[in-house]
Amino acid sequence: MRHWIARQRYLIDYTVAAMARRKARNLGLLLVYALVVFVLASVLLYGHALRREAALLLAEAPEVVVQRLLAGRHELVDVNDLERLRGIRGVRRVEGRLWGYHYDPIASANYTFMVPPEGTVAPGTIHVGAALARTRGAEVGDVLAFRGVDDRLFPFQVAAVLSPDSAIVSADLVLLGESDYRAFFGIAPGRFTDIALTVANPREARTVAEKVLRALPGSRPILREEMRRTYAALFDWREGMVLVLLSGSMLAFAILAWDKAAGLSADERREIGILKAIGWDTGDVLGMKLWEGALLSLLAFLLGFALAYAHVFLLGAALLAPAMQGWAVLYPGFALIPAIDGLQLATLFFLTVVPYTSATLVPAWRAAITDPDQVMR
Amino acid sequence: MRPSSVVLSFLVLVVTAFGGSLLHAGWHQWQGGALLAPTRALVRDLRLTDLVLFTEARYTRHPSQADRHTPFQDHPVALEHFPSGSLFGPPAHLTSHAPLDRPTALSD
Repeated sequence: MRHWIARQRYLIDYTVAAMARRKARNLGLLLVYALVVFVLASVLLYGHALRREAALLLAEAPEVVVQRLLAGRHELVDVNDLERLRGIRGVRRVEGRLWGYHYDPIASANYTFMVPPEGTVAPGTIHVGAALARTRGAEVGDVLAFRGVDDRLFPFQVAAVLSPDSAIVSADLVLLGESDYRAFFGIAPGRFTDIALTVANPREARTVAEKVLRALPGSRPILREEMRRTYAALFDWREGMVLVLLSGSMLAFAILAWDKAAGLSADERREIGILKAIGWDTGDVLGMKLWEGALLSLLAFLLGFALAYAHVFLLGAALLAPAMQGWAVLYPGFALIPAIDGLQLATLFFLTVVPYTSATLVPAWRAAITDPDQVMR
Repeated sequence: MRPSSVVLSFLVLVVTAFGGSLLHAGWHQWQGGALLAPTRALVRDLRLTDLVLFTEARYTRHPSQADRHTPFQDHPVALEHFPSGSLFGPPAHLTSHAPLDRPTALSD
């Protein structure tokens, strides 16, 4: 074993010395290789972390949301609708949700106004999301005024700013009391935006949704599973778009790497011929080439992945966030919880390290089995 | 110093960085529930349904709650005009809603 290790170290010594003779070319290849892995790994890590976070958070969303549609458009629900749904077996709780949008011309941004079900906000006060507070420069105790449905100004005192840690779900929220909400939007008592259902057995949500359709013809039940799938599809789509944009440069790199790995220069062929002439056997030459390919691709993979991890989870994915998150006046600032998908990692490894390493072997093997005299000529 | 020592030292360094990232992620996965707990509680308490990614239009702010064809309802022959709309696909319920759709009694 010690003999084998010593032999491999001598092979690595020789390989590194041979690579150092073409220092600029090999270092350049290593850097570009690592950069390609860095970009690919950044996209995959960021997409996976966003998908996972969305899935974890939306696991707490209502099991079923019921909307009423009128002529294909969203319509307010009536308190009688809630009563009808309470009669469905398997439904534990039926709540009317009150929420809506308000455009604020001062910040040129849309806010989501919402009434908390527990009624925790006192009349005349609001709780605001962190991004909204930042955009309007509002702090606890300040008064924010918005124009309501009849163009009347409604002043609200900011009673609390929601934690920036939860900005991914609350950045643009304005939480207010029910009476303030109804007065602000001119919505009569007994009318709600939609209905949130709590189902006793979440596995029965689909059956409950079918019963909702029978109880309220013309309504549209949206299952929690569909909300989660919407976000999984959204991030898949964006990840795919970024990868498509990158595919041109990936292809260019693949051609460069293949050319470098699969074609031996005249110098390299002569070198193999000399090694054979002074007593190296084919196995030694292949071992040397294997080390060359493996060291280069492994270093590039590990370096690229570690840099991508630091970029996404320690530096907030500064290069990717605009493309993956989108744009908005109220931009939620949030830190993703680090997560690595083992399958993605393995795929990245097998797509970057294995092809390059194996591509270096075939031409070296061809040169190594040829007569040294012929190779050197 | 032997050339192999230099390269192997560098390799150990990047392997350590790689292993560190796996451990860091693993630790956060383990802690994940606790770190996200306040946000999950907010989603549960407020009955939230969507993430705040784009706030410029109702169908980008709440994609999972969007009306059917809502991007095209502003006026006849309206084309969807917010840039983020081109950055994500249609909500899942618009493309795979079959089990909840009722068959029509009359032919279209």
